[in-house]
Amino acid sequence: MSATPSVPVDTPLLTRPRAVIVGASSGIGAALAHKLAQEGYLVALLARNQDNLESIAQQINHTAGETQAFVYPHDVTDYDLIPSLFQTILRDLKKIDALVYVSGAQFPVGISEFEFEKDRNMLEVNLLGAVAWLGQAAVLFERMGVGQIVGISSVAADRGRVGNPAYNSSKAGLSTYLEALRNRLTRHGVNVLTVKPGFVDTKLFRENAKASFGVISPEKAANAIWRAMRKRKQQIYTPGWWRWMMLVIRHVPSIIFRRLSF
Amino acid sequence: MTLNGDAVIPLPTDRLARLENFGHSLSGPAYLYRPTEIEQIEELFEIARRHGFSIGLRGAGRSYGDAALNNGGVVLDLQRMHRILDWNPQTGIIKVDPGVTIEQLWMHTLEDGWWSPVMPGTMAPTLGGCLASNVHGKNNWKAGPFGEYVLEFSALLPNGEHVVCSPTKNTELFFGLIGCMGILGVFTSITLQMKRIYSGNLDVFAWAEPNLKHILDAVDSGKEDNDYIVGWVDCTPRGSRIGRGQLHTANYLAPGDDPSPLQSLRSESQILPDTILGLVPKAIVWRFMRPAMNNMGVWAGNTAKYLANRTIGHKKRYLQSLVAFNFLLDYVPNWERAYGSGGLIQYQSFLPIATAYDAYNEMLKLSKRRGLPSYLGVVKRHRPDKFLLSHAVDGFSLALDIKVSKRKRPGLRKLIRELNKIVLQAGGRFYFAKDSTLTAQEVSEYLGEETVNNFKALKARCDPHNLLQTDLFRRCFTSSNSEQ
Ligand SMILES: Cc1cc2nc3c(=O)[nH]c(=O)nc-3n(C[C@H](O)[C@H](O)[C@H](O)COP(=O)(O)OP(=O)(O)OC[C@H]3O[C@@H](n4cnc5c(N)ncnc54)[C@H](O)[C@@H]3O)c2cc1C
Ligand SMILES: NC(=O)c1ccc[n+]([C@@H]2O[C@H](COP(=O)([O-])OP(=O)(O)OC[C@H]3O[C@@H](n4cnc5c(N)ncnc54)[C@H](OP(=O)(O)O)[C@@H]3O)[C@@H](O)[C@H]2O)c1
Repeated sequence: MSATPSVPVDTPLLTRPRAVIVGASSGIGAALAHKLAQEGYLVALLARNQDNLESIAQQINHTAGETQAFVYPHDVTDYDLIPSLFQTILRDLKKIDALVYVSGAQFPVGISEFEFEKDRNMLEVNLLGAVAWLGQAAVLFERMGVGQIVGISSVAADRGRVGNPAYNSSKAGLSTYLEALRNRLTRHGVNVLTVKPGFVDTKLFRENAKASFGVISPEKAANAIWRAMRKRKQQIYTPGWWRWMMLVIRHVPSIIFRRLSF
Repeated sequence: MTLNGDAVIPLPTDRLARLENFGHSLSGPAYLYRPTEIEQIEELFEIARRHGFSIGLRGAGRSYGDAALNNGGVVLDLQRMHRILDWNPQTGIIKVDPGVTIEQLWMHTLEDGWWSPVMPGTMAPTLGGCLASNVHGKNNWKAGPFGEYVLEFSALLPNGEHVVCSPTKNTELFFGLIGCMGILGVFTSITLQMKRIYSGNLDVFAWAEPNLKHILDAVDSGKEDNDYIVGWVDCTPRGSRIGRGQLHTANYLAPGDDPSPLQSLRSESQILPDTILGLVPKAIVWRFMRPAMNNMGVWAGNTAKYLANRTIGHKKRYLQSLVAFNFLLDYVPNWERAYGSGGLIQYQSFLPIATAYDAYNEMLKLSKRRGLPSYLGVVKRHRPDKFLLSHAVDGFSLALDIKVSKRKRPGLRKLIRELNKIVLQAGGRFYFAKDSTLTAQEVSEYLGEETVNNFKALKARCDPHNLLQTDLFRRCFTSSNSEQ
């Protein structure tokens, strides 16, 4: 029997919300971990890089003066372990109010490159891992009649472009999956939020960056995500102007789009 | 802090369920099992031990707080173990499964002229739950708690042992398990001594008193001549009228007093009607109460009730069925839902005679001042007992039903901390079946460190792997849960 952490017991007069963040070791996920902790959440932090997770948890717990963050090293492509890990987290935190799926992989690919290993990894991390994790949360939240699912998709979901077909498809798949979940779960009192960031200054962005306009900090993105969670929104672009940008881009006819090189 | 997601065999997701307390003020997820056989419980203990899960026990879920919740873990609902194992109408001794309810119990024995000597205020609870809480009735000063009528029980301990306990056999476990809130072991069968009665009716007397002092005095002085006493207290008026209310005393009829006992003892004579005033279906009444469940509405209702009790209902003597008198609240099913989405908490404190009036008076006034008055107060008279985690004192209890709403939560939290302080300073105690707000520190203050240590030692012996847990147990007996 592994030691279970002792978390404060909810009372009718004081309850602590709990969030699971998958992909919390850097970038947007790490910033969101800090934000949710600041807002009073107990947070379960997941990703592969245990050292990073530990140091984020340490900062959170140090600032809070109590144990508010809990670390679970995990590779989302270990699909078989997900049901048991989910159960362990539920056992440890006692309740889960929100699950945020942030994990994402994006590799730079050349304009004529088709390398299956890269493509597959992006699809696995961005889509299959999400399906595996969100399914767990969906069952729990449906039974509880309350809860919030957040998926970090991307503006890249809105069109298939020359740059990175597998990344585009993974995010498009994720967006569609989230939409379907929303249609399944709203009637059960569960909110599903799709987040589509534009350019956020993270490791993933820097490794792939071609553009350098309109880049926001991960903290700014995290604040926007939190605001949307609080208002129980269904979809946001961050920064918000991407909504209009993508509205235009989505309507560019294929005959033109085929000739573009972004 | 690192926790490795050790690859446990997941509990079947199908078992995930949302469980709530009676007050609808707390809910959470648990893996729910409803066993019918003791072997299934043993098996679950084994699985829990292997995979590091805890198990919380649950009867009918009538506890007001978190006694029957085990969020994130396994919950064992024992309601399907509900056989009556043996009944002897000559001696009044009955042996039952733990999931048998109070309703099932009286339905089975009443026609033979036997009634449970101790009855809680509703007939929904299971006997396992009643024993785990060691419930009291409106006759506690005279009859003592439920546990005093248990001739014997068997229990399965998490360490695998099956034990049989009675007041003379395995006495430490007998006085420990009864009242231990399902934390030391699972009651698997219970043998009870029922009380002989000679009518299905009680001789009831009702009258009104103008303030708290009079209510307490009346409850105290009535204890010589009555079998039951209860005071219904109005906590909403201002000033010296606070704590005014109505009193009910009730007495069993002596042999011969009831001309046709066989009639009154039949279940049909006892069953509560389906409609109120012959018109309104009971099942929907709570919906009409809901809009009035605010400070103004309750004040108006209580005042009207008080005036009626002071006039037409004053000094009335009548016969009332045992069921109607004991389970008055069951008249309005789901009444607790009238409190709205935040639910309610019940704040019940037990105070010695000497300090009770001053402390209760201060508590009622403080609550009123804060705009958080209780919508129903109930006063009872008690006496101490020998059970390890006893809640009783030689004195009174006052149970306050308080509405919880999102807006008033912070104020209520502050108020409760202050009320706790008043009770502790006045040498008072609390009751786990009702509580949902005590901290571990407050619990060890009223139980005393020695009692807490004895309890923990028993826990270590019965349950070395700490398998039996509830939210209440973690809240009240884990020292890290100090300030809430
Ligand atoms: C309207 C109302 C009026 C009430 N009036 C009174 C009253 O007048 N006097 C009074 O004393 N109480 C009163 N109560 C409280 C109630 O009697 C207790 O909470 C009782 O324990 C409820 O029994 P249950 O079967 O619902 O148990 P639950 O609430 O499901 O569980 C109660 C406790 O028992 C444990 N438990 C359940 N089954 C077993 C078992 N087989 N073995 C070991 N542990 C077990 C659980 O773990 C839990 O800690 C009242 C409650 C309500 C809702
Ligand atoms: N930055 C942007 O401009 C931008 C724009 C749109 C969308 N997004 C999306 O935002 C999300 C967060 O990305 P980011 O920008 O914050 O990049 P990041 O800093 O690189 O973060 C990626 C996160 O995903 C985790 N991850 C990657 N592979 C994983 C695996 N196999 N198992 C578990 N976790 C894994 C990483 O943790 P480990 O490496 O420790 O496992 C890390 O925590 C991604 O989904 C990304 O697609 C980003």
